[in-house]
Amino acid sequence: MSGLNEYLKTEREQSWRVELRKQIKSKDRTSLNRVHMNEVAASKRIQSYIEVNSGLTLTQAQEEAKRCLDCIDPTCISGCPVEINIPKFIKRIEQGNFLEAAKVLKQTSALPAVCGRVCPQEKQCEAKCFYQVKLNKESVAIGHLERFAADFEREAGVMSVPEVAASNGIKVAVIGSGPAGLTFSGDMAKLGYDVTVFEALHEIGGVLKYGIPEFRLPNAIVDVEIDILRKMGVSFETNFIVGRTASMEDLKAEGFKAFFTGSGAGLPRFMDIPGENYIGILSSNEYLTRVNLMDAANVNTDTPILKGQNVVVVGGGNTAMDSVRTAKRLGAKRAMIVYRRSMEEMPARLEEIKHAQEEGIEFLTLTNPIAYFADDKGRVNRMTVQKMELGEPDASGRRSPVPMEGSEYDLVVDSVVVSVGVSPNPLIPSSLPQLKTTRWGTIVVDEDSLQTSIPEMFAGGDIVRGGATVILAMGDGRRAAAAMHQYLTHEN
Amino acid sequence: MNKIVDKEFFSDKVVRIEVEAPRIAKARKAGHFVIVKLDEKGERIPLTIASADIVKGTITLVVQTVGVTSRRLAALNIGDSIRDLVGPLGEATHIEKVGTVLACGGGVGVAPLLPIVEALKKAGNRVITVLAARSKDLIILEDQMRAYSDELIIMTDDGSYGQKGLVTDGMSKIMERETVHLSVVIGPAVMMKFASLTTKKYNVPTYASLNTIMVDGTGMCGACRVTVGGKTKFVCIDGPEFDAHQVDFDEMLLRLNAYKEVELKSESDYLNAKI
Ligand SMILES: Cc1cc2nc3c(=O)[nH]c(=O)nc-3n(C[C@H](O)[C@H](O)[C@H](O)COP(=O)(O)OP(=O)(O)OC[C@H]3O[C@@H](n4cnc5c(N)ncnc54)[C@H](O)[C@@H]3O)c2cc1C
Ligand SMILES: Cc1cc2nc3c(=O)[nH]c(=O)nc-3n(C[C@H](O)[C@H](O)[C@H](O)COP(=O)(O)OP(=O)(O)OC[C@H]3O[C@@H](n4cnc5c(N)ncnc54)[C@H](O)[C@@H]3O)c2cc1C
Ligand code: SF4
Ligand code: SF4
Ligand code: FES
Repeated sequence: MSGLNEYLKTEREQSWRVELRKQIKSKDRTSLNRVHMNEVAASKRIQSYIEVNSGLTLTQAQEEAKRCLDCIDPTCISGCPVEINIPKFIKRIEQGNFLEAAKVLKQTSALPAVCGRVCPQEKQCEAKCFYQVKLNKESVAIGHLERFAADFEREAGVMSVPEVAASNGIKVAVIGSGPAGLTFSGDMAKLGYDVTVFEALHEIGGVLKYGIPEFRLPNAIVDVEIDILRKMGVSFETNFIVGRTASMEDLKAEGFKAFFTGSGAGLPRFMDIPGENYIGILSSNEYLTRVNLMDAANVNTDTPILKGQNVVVVGGGNTAMDSVRTAKRLGAKRAMIVYRRSMEEMPARLEEIKHAQEEGIEFLTLTNPIAYFADDKGRVNRMTVQKMELGEPDASGRRSPVPMEGSEYDLVVDSVVVSVGVSPNPLIPSSLPQLKTTRWGTIVVDEDSLQTSIPEMFAGGDIVRGGATVILAMGDGRRAAAAMHQYLTHEN
Repeated sequence: MNKIVDKEFFSDKVVRIEVEAPRIAKARKAGHFVIVKLDEKGERIPLTIASADIVKGTITLVVQTVGVTSRRLAALNIGDSIRDLVGPLGEATHIEKVGTVLACGGGVGVAPLLPIVEALKKAGNRVITVLAARSKDLIILEDQMRAYSDELIIMTDDGSYGQKGLVTDGMSKIMERETVHLSVVIGPAVMMKFASLTTKKYNVPTYASLNTIMVDGTGMCGACRVTVGGKTKFVCIDGPEFDAHQVDFDEMLLRLNAYKEVELKSESDYLNAKI
C-alpha cells in the first residue's frame, strides 16, 4: 500500500497537475454543484429499450471534473475494488485531454465504459469521496466521468488496441466470457499468451449480454470491447461447454497449459412456495435471457415471451430492477416489486431504484410472497403476500424481516418473475470431482493468487464470490492473470 | 456453424438429420441431448442425439415437426448449416445389467430411445422393445430397433401395423407374461404419464426422459423445471431422465403449454408466409 501511496504522490506532483490545482481555488471548486446526467424522459424511454442515461456533454464533464480537489489523500481510490487512479483521470478530463483520461482508466479497468455504467458507485468510489465523507456534500460523479472518458474514446473512433508482447506460444484456456473471463483474456494476451475463451452460450459477454438490459448497458458497447480483444489475438469459441463438449483433460491434450474459470453464478434460486411452478412464473434469468439474449420482444425472432399486464417481480437487487423495468417496457399496466425488507435495505444501485420509480414501478416493500394460484390451464392469476416488519439486525447487520401474522392479502397477477438470487453454475465443479468447492458450490481459491485446488486452474468472479459485481469479477480476472503468469513462468 | 451432411425423411413429419459436430460426437453418451439454434433470429430448442459417428465427426438428430423451429430445421438441405449447436447436455443414461428391460418409445420418442436400447443390449440385458404410434407411417427406426432388441412389438392406434392398441396395452401384456426388472419410456408427455402408471401397477422401476421447454440447457434459466418426488428439478442438468413414478406429469403437461398461443400464432404466420 505504501508503494501505491508513493506512486500516487509522485503522479500528483507532475507539473500539469500542480498547474491545474492552482487554477481554481479549492473553495470555488467545492461551491460547484454536482452535474446531473441527461436522461431520456420516463414516458418516452419505457416505449423502447433506448439507453436511459444519455451521458455527459463535454462541458458538463469538464465542469464536474473541476469539482474534484485532487486530494493529497485520495480516499476515493480505496473505495474502488481495482484502485483506479481516480484523481488522475478526472484531472485529465478537466484539462481537456480526454484520450489520456481514457488511458488512465484502461491501466486498471479493462471495461471502463461498462463500469462507468453499472458499478454501484454510491457504495464504492463515490462513498469514499472527500465531498461525501468530510463535506457532507454530493460526491464527485466519478462513475459519470468514467463513462464519459470511455465513451469519448470510443466515439472518437480512436480506441487503441493495447500492445501485445511477442507470442510466447503458451496456450491458456478461459472458461466463460463474462467480465472476469474477458479481463483475464486481455491481460494474458498482453503478456504474449495464446488465449482461447470458451463460452457455453451462443454470444460472448456473460451477464453483460444475457442479463443486464440494453436500456442500461447497450450490447454494442460490450461488442466493441470484445472486438478489441479479438484484435489482440484472443480467440473465442462459442457453444462450447468445458466439462461437456470437451473435458479439461481433452484440452490439456490439445496443448492448453493452464485454465481460468469465470463461469459465473448462473443457477437461479426459487423460493419453494406452493404454486411456484405454474405457467407465468419464471426466474429473472429466464425472463431477461428471453428478452436480452434471444431478443424475444422483437416480432421477427422465434423465441416467445409472455407479456404480462400485472407483473410482480420478487426481490430487490439489480436483477429485480432490470426485470421489473423490462416488464414495463413489454407493456405491463402494473409492474410491481415485492421485496421483504424496506427501501433502505434494497441492494440494487440507487440510480436504478430512482429510474424505476420514475417509470411508474410500484414498490411493495416489507412484503413477501406466500403462495401462487392459477386458472384451470395452470396459468398464474393470483398470489398471496404477507406483510413483514423489521426485527433485530442479523449477521449481515441488516435488520431481518419478520412476518406479521394475519396480514396476508392477495394480488392479481398474470406474470411473476422470481429474482431472489443465484447459485454458482455447477457445470465446472460437477465435471471436476477433484476441484475443491464450498458447501455453497463456489470454487475455493487461494486469496491472493486465485489458484484453485487444481494447480493449473485459477478462478474468479461470481463462481468464486457468489453473485457479486462486474468490477469485482474484473479485478479477479486481472489478479488471476498476474498470478497465472507467475505460475507459468516459474514452472517452465 | 455445423454443416448438414445427410438427411432423410422417415415420414412426412419426421426427419433424420446428420450434422457435423466432431467434438460432440466424441463426447456424447446415450441419453445426452444438444441445443440447436438455426440462425440469428432462431430460438434455442433441445434435441436428443440419436446416434453419433466419431470417425465422420457427425451426430444424428431425429426431428418431428411440431412448430416453427422444427419445421425450419426439417426444411434445411444437405450442405446447409446450423448456426449454433451446443452439447452434449444432460446426464447420460445410467446403463447396467439388470436382467430384462422393457423399452417403450412413442412417436418421435423412438429416436432418443434407440441409443439407450443399444447400450442396454450391449450391457448384456434382455431387451424387449415396444414401439407405438398413431398409424403405420409414423413408425420410425423399426429395423435399427430390431437389431438391438430381443423382441420387438409394434402398436398402432388404428391397427394399420403391428397390433392394434395403445403402448400401455403392449406393455401390460409383457409384464403379465414375465418378470421385467426395468422399464424405460420416452415419448409425448401424456404417453409417459400413462406408461408410468402402468409400470407402477407391476412395481417395475421406470425411467422417463422428459421433454420440457428449455432455453439455455445449462441450468441457467429454470424454464425446464419439473417436480420430481415433491422437489423442483431442472431437466437440463438434473435429467432429462428421472424416476417416472416420482414425476408430476400433470404439472409438466400444463407447463408444456406455457407458450402455446404464441407458438400457434407464429406457426400459422410461418405456414402462411410459405404459401
Ligand atoms: C440482471 C443482472 C443485473 C446485474 N447488474 C449489475 C450491476 O448493475 N452492477 C454490477 O456491478 N453487477 C451487476 N450484476 C452482477 C454482475 O453481472 C456479475 O457479478 C458479473 O457478471 C460476474 O461476472 P463473471 O465473469 O464472474 O460471470 P458471468 O458474467 O456470469 O459470465 C459467466 C459466463 O460463463 C459461461 N459458462 C458457465 N459455465 C461454462 C462452461 N462450463 N463452459 C463455458 N462457458 C461457461 C456462462 O454461460 C456465462 O456466459 C448483475 C447481474 C445480473 C444477473
Ligand atoms: C431433452 C429433450 C430432448 C428432445 N429430443 C427431441 C428429439 O430428439 N426430437 C424431437 O423432435 N423433439 C425433441 N424434443 C422436443 C423438441 O425440443 C420440441 O419439439 C421443439 O422444441 C419444438 O420446437 P418448435 O419451435 O418446432 O415448436 P413450438 O412452436 O415451440 O411448439 C409447437 C407445439 O409443440 C408444443 N411443444 C413445445 N415444446 C414441446 C416439447 N418439448 N415437447 C412436446 N411438445 C412441445 C407446444 O406446446 C406447441 O403447441 C426434445 C425435448 C427435450 C427437452
Ligand atoms: S471502476 Fe467502479 S468503483 Fe472503480 S472508480 Fe470506476 S465506477 Fe468507481
Ligand atoms: S476523494 Fe473526491 S475530491 Fe478527492 S480526489 Fe477523490 S474524487 Fe477527487
Ligand atoms: S433450460 Fe434453462 S435451466 Fe434448464
